[in-house]
Amino acid sequence: MEVIYITIGVSIVVAIFFFIIFIKTVKSGQYEDTYTPSVRMLFDDELVTESDKDKQKNSQSTK
Amino acid sequence: MEKEQFYYDNKIVKMFLWATILWGVVGMLVGLLVALLFVFPGLLEFAGADNAISWLSFGRLRPLHTNAVIFAFVGNGIFLGIYYSTQRLLKARMFNDVLSRIHFWGWQAIIVAAAVTLPLGLTSSKEYAELEWPIDIMVVLIWVVFGINLIGTILKRRQRHIYVAIWFYIATLITIAVLYIFNNLEMPVSAFKSYSVYSGVQDALVQWWYGHNAVAFFLTTPVLGLMYYFVPKVANRPVYSYRLSIIHFWTLIFLYIWAGPHHLLYTALPEWAQNLGTVFSIMLIFPSWGGMINGLLTLRGAWDKVRENPVLKFFVVAITGYGMATFEGPMLSFKNLNAIGHYTDWIVGHVHIGALAWNGFMVAGIVYWLAEKLWKTPLYSKKLANTHFWLGTMGILFYAIPLYIAGFTQALMWKEFNPDGTLVYGNFLETVTEVIPMYAMRAIGGTLYLTGFVLLAINIIKTAKAGSTVEDELAEAAPLKKISGKRIAGEGWHTWLERRTVLFTILTTIAILIGGLVEIVPLILVKSNIPTIESVKPYTPLELEGRDIYIREGCNNCHSQMIRPFRSEVERYGEYSKAGEYVYDFPFLWGSRRTGPDVHRVGGKYNDNWHFNHMMDPRSTSPGSIMPRYSWLIKNDMNASNLESKMEGLVKLGVPYSPERISSAKQELLAQAKQVEENLRQDPEFVKNYGSSNIQNKEIVALIAYLQRLGTDIKANKTALK
Repeated sequence: MEVIYITIGVSIVVAIFFFIIFIKTVKSGQYEDTYTPSVRMLFDDELVTESDKDKQKNSQSTK
Repeated sequence: MEKEQFYYDNKIVKMFLWATILWGVVGMLVGLLVALLFVFPGLLEFAGADNAISWLSFGRLRPLHTNAVIFAFVGNGIFLGIYYSTQRLLKARMFNDVLSRIHFWGWQAIIVAAAVTLPLGLTSSKEYAELEWPIDIMVVLIWVVFGINLIGTILKRRQRHIYVAIWFYIATLITIAVLYIFNNLEMPVSAFKSYSVYSGVQDALVQWWYGHNAVAFFLTTPVLGLMYYFVPKVANRPVYSYRLSIIHFWTLIFLYIWAGPHHLLYTALPEWAQNLGTVFSIMLIFPSWGGMINGLLTLRGAWDKVRENPVLKFFVVAITGYGMATFEGPMLSFKNLNAIGHYTDWIVGHVHIGALAWNGFMVAGIVYWLAEKLWKTPLYSKKLANTHFWLGTMGILFYAIPLYIAGFTQALMWKEFNPDGTLVYGNFLETVTEVIPMYAMRAIGGTLYLTGFVLLAINIIKTAKAGSTVEDELAEAAPLKKISGKRIAGEGWHTWLERRTVLFTILTTIAILIGGLVEIVPLILVKSNIPTIESVKPYTPLELEGRDIYIREGCNNCHSQMIRPFRSEVERYGEYSKAGEYVYDFPFLWGSRRTGPDVHRVGGKYNDNWHFNHMMDPRSTSPGSIMPRYSWLIKNDMNASNLESKMEGLVKLGVPYSPERISSAKQELLAQAKQVEENLRQDPEFVKNYGSSNIQNKEIVALIAYLQRLGTDIKANKTALK
């Protein structure tokens, strides 16, 4: 049953990975605001401008 | 703040949408076909009863159905939702268009490869991981492409806050990658044949660690992410509690990965591991129901919209289905309920509540809603969508309820004793024929569901035709939210790089860990393959070939090889199965469903002629049987050309074949095959029908040799002791 060390080991590695992410996100304030995100996502729809129908494939990236 | 113009990639969303519909129809059609085979076992014998078509047999079509529905239909449905919502939630186009296209076409290529290889019998036999090694490598590569695309988009996002849906996508990405790799570690022995590096109990544990998490992280977490985006969007209501959604996510992530052993209760897995799986499975009800309640309560005060909007109807039934399936899951993890449900149709009903209601209806709702968004036109017919909803809902009920009844019927019949201590239904077949009407009802349910889905296809095609076709890619603009100086903005270039370094360090560490483990794994395992039962010996060359035919034909889809330590099972099948008996089983073939009886102790139970006749026509030896005919096994010559490389591959995994034995393997195979033919010729009926033909080099001989070997090693031990 040695394989159980592998499955448990990998599970723990994955758990630790997510735990680190969890701590980081808590510290960076991802969960400070538990209200705005739920409302904001309702208003994030695209605003269609008039002049952009021609350049469809032309995407301007940020930086 | 200065605003920035950019474009969302809607083309890729449309591509995934069409793929979802196409594979949905295909996957469900194959599902209906295999459901009908339970009622009409001869349905696909187009070429006559004696010329059964190998690639249309149940054992090969069933993996095709599960893979098509899970990875092709739901898979494309997930990507469809992810590619749409990620861009909007992060206010950024997908990281790279080329990667998006590679992801799409690569995934479709994998599906086509699966659709070709599975009916050909090229399978590893491990459930939901049946694809052979070259396709596995393809899956990993395409998954990495998806990963780079998703992480890249997150890095170039314009919205600092990461909405909960994105968290669910990230968890899917990482966990599936890790689990898929570990469960598919295999030793290739030819272009399309490999052996799992784990054997027996170990293989079973890894398989269900993966198998359970395929449900958890492929069919649940990404779809939950979609729920948290699309349900509030469609209802135009904020999610009931964002805080609860965060708790839902993190608890689910930390609990799910430990629940796998509940698929192996009462097997040879160490008791503490079984109990660990049970405890975590029961705990899972809390995040699952928290999430379900969160989804349903999002509609608080908006139930009038549910009446009006078919999309919300789909969502309500989907989320309810999620709640039902995640209630049943923990219940079935209790050992006493598992003793009843395991191997029965209850499980099949249970997974279809998840698949048809939760996955199928979530995807259907999303497709309807996105059709309006993508083609900028109202849905072709709301009425048709409502019809789909009712057909689908009836389909789910007609599917699940008969199978629940069938499951309990089977369990009760399998376990019923006469006062004198003999089994009331000693003939397994009685427990099969008893539930045939339930199988017929199930097929009706499947027909209803598929019909509904075809209506969806028609509806979407009509909608797309009516919509604005010019806009391959809709041009959009959205404000650039300056991502705070501490993070990714222009000033913080160094910080950004640093942050990326941290991320990259974590990722490389994981990669290294995996790489290291990959090398260590076989070492640990080889050591542990030293037999614990002395009389257990490796398979002979002929039996090995027979076992590969057993795998090719997918016998494990209907027959288990694991006798649980219950009085009823020991009475029916013989001595319960021991962990030490499986040390040379690469891969394990315990199965998960008993449509037919367990075969772990079938060796020596019948003579070779019985097996021969049974394979040619199961109805001749077992009237009323629903097993397919395997008439090609007597026509096909045994292909033992890879025999040596197979044995050498197994030696690397720790099977003690000596070099001499490998070099003389062909002779050994031939000698044993001759013996089987001799046994067969003792039946005058056989001589009359097949007397002139050369049977010893046909595939059937190898299969008979394997079946006659099954579970006999331990008996040899007993006789030796006497």
